[in-house]
Amino acid sequence: MHQTFDAALEINLLHANQTGADHNRKHFDRWGITCLNIMSSPGAGKTVLLEQTLKVLKDKFKIAVIEGDMTTELDADRLRKYDVPVIPINTGRSCHLDSKMVAGGIHTLEHQYNPHDFDLVLVENVGNLVCPAEFEVGEHAKVALLSVTEGEDKPLKYPVMFQEADCLLITKTDLAPYLDIDLDCIADNVRQMNPNITIIYLSAKTGAGLSQWFDWIEKILQQNPVKHLSTQV
Amino acid sequence: MHETDMTKALIITVKDWYRSQIPQPKINKIHLIVGQFTCVEPLSLKFAFEVQTRNTFLEGVELAIQDIPLIAFCHTCQQEYKPNIGLQYSCPDCKSPMDDIRSGRELKIDRIEYSTLEEQVVKQT
Ligand SMILES: Nc1nc2c(ncn2[C@@H]2O[C@H](COP(=O)(O)OP(=O)(O)OP(=O)(O)O)[C@@H](O)[C@H]2O)c(=O)[nH]1
Ligand SMILES: [Mg+2]
Ligand SMILES: [Zn+2]
Repeated sequence: MHQTFDAALEINLLHANQTGADHNRKHFDRWGITCLNIMSSPGAGKTVLLEQTLKVLKDKFKIAVIEGDMTTELDADRLRKYDVPVIPINTGRSCHLDSKMVAGGIHTLEHQYNPHDFDLVLVENVGNLVCPAEFEVGEHAKVALLSVTEGEDKPLKYPVMFQEADCLLITKTDLAPYLDIDLDCIADNVRQMNPNITIIYLSAKTGAGLSQWFDWIEKILQQNPVKHLSTQV
Repeated sequence: MHETDMTKALIITVKDWYRSQIPQPKINKIHLIVGQFTCVEPLSLKFAFEVQTRNTFLEGVELAIQDIPLIAFCHTCQQEYKPNIGLQYSCPDCKSPMDDIRSGRELKIDRIEYSTLEEQVVKQT
């Protein structure tokens, strides 16, 4: 008689990645660092946003960038001009960063710099609207970008990232007049699945909305109690 | 694509389990639970699994995927509803946003069907 057995595992497929992400976050917390995971489809404006952000905030906060450019160091080179540590992660053919790759970046931060000095780590994820949302890297908040050229329906079609994000930047608003796009409709579509998300309309070209973005970063830095805790210990 | 990474995670997890078993069993079928509100497409996952397990101890093992629908709960109407993925996520009755997902985010290995070596011996004789 052929008898089969059953082993109930009930293990989450992302368990290992989640454990790694929690571990990364512990490192950040110990050093008093707030980490933001910046995600979007390719070309929505992540690197330009980082450039603008570094330009203005690098004298106010100590910032490092973990750059998940797929194969080249192009994006990392653009950011090094701002005199902040830019740690490139070569993701190979992977279409997203995972917690293990970011752990490599954290290792670099720990050994080549003094991590206690830093306030903020900005992670530029691989350009992809689908996968990065499933792989936490140890961030304290998720930022999603959607450019006006992508269309109102993208949040409905690729909902997971928009549902998970804490802040949505609707980018390239300077192009909206040339397109048939309803900006409020983008916001409404996202709020359907994420009513508490912060939505900021932004143009890196005209600078519109940037100050709101900087305010949001400052608010997150203040909310994240780790700096406070680590000084108490 | 991301199914490749999910498959890697799946294989690693199953391998860990396999190695912890004494004696090592023959795995016949792996049951997965995949929610519809995830980035995983069941057919791509099956395909990636078949490709990545070739010439390994998992070659030929069947992957059974149970699809779990996205179900949300509307606190205004005090009822569950099924959002229309790709079109509408707010409550169809009162249009409140989806803020309480009850199912559809699952991504897990439910159970493994296996037979032990002794049994295969018994079967063969
Ligand atoms: N008009 C306009 N163009 C923008 C704006 N922001 C970014 N761009 C342009 O969009 C293109 C892509 O910008 P990037 O910052 O490289 O986009 P990315 O998201 O980093 O791209 P990947 O890293 O390849 O995924 C560049 O040509 C930018 O100049 C904007 O606010 N307005
Ligand atoms: Mg970039
Ligand atoms: Zn309702």
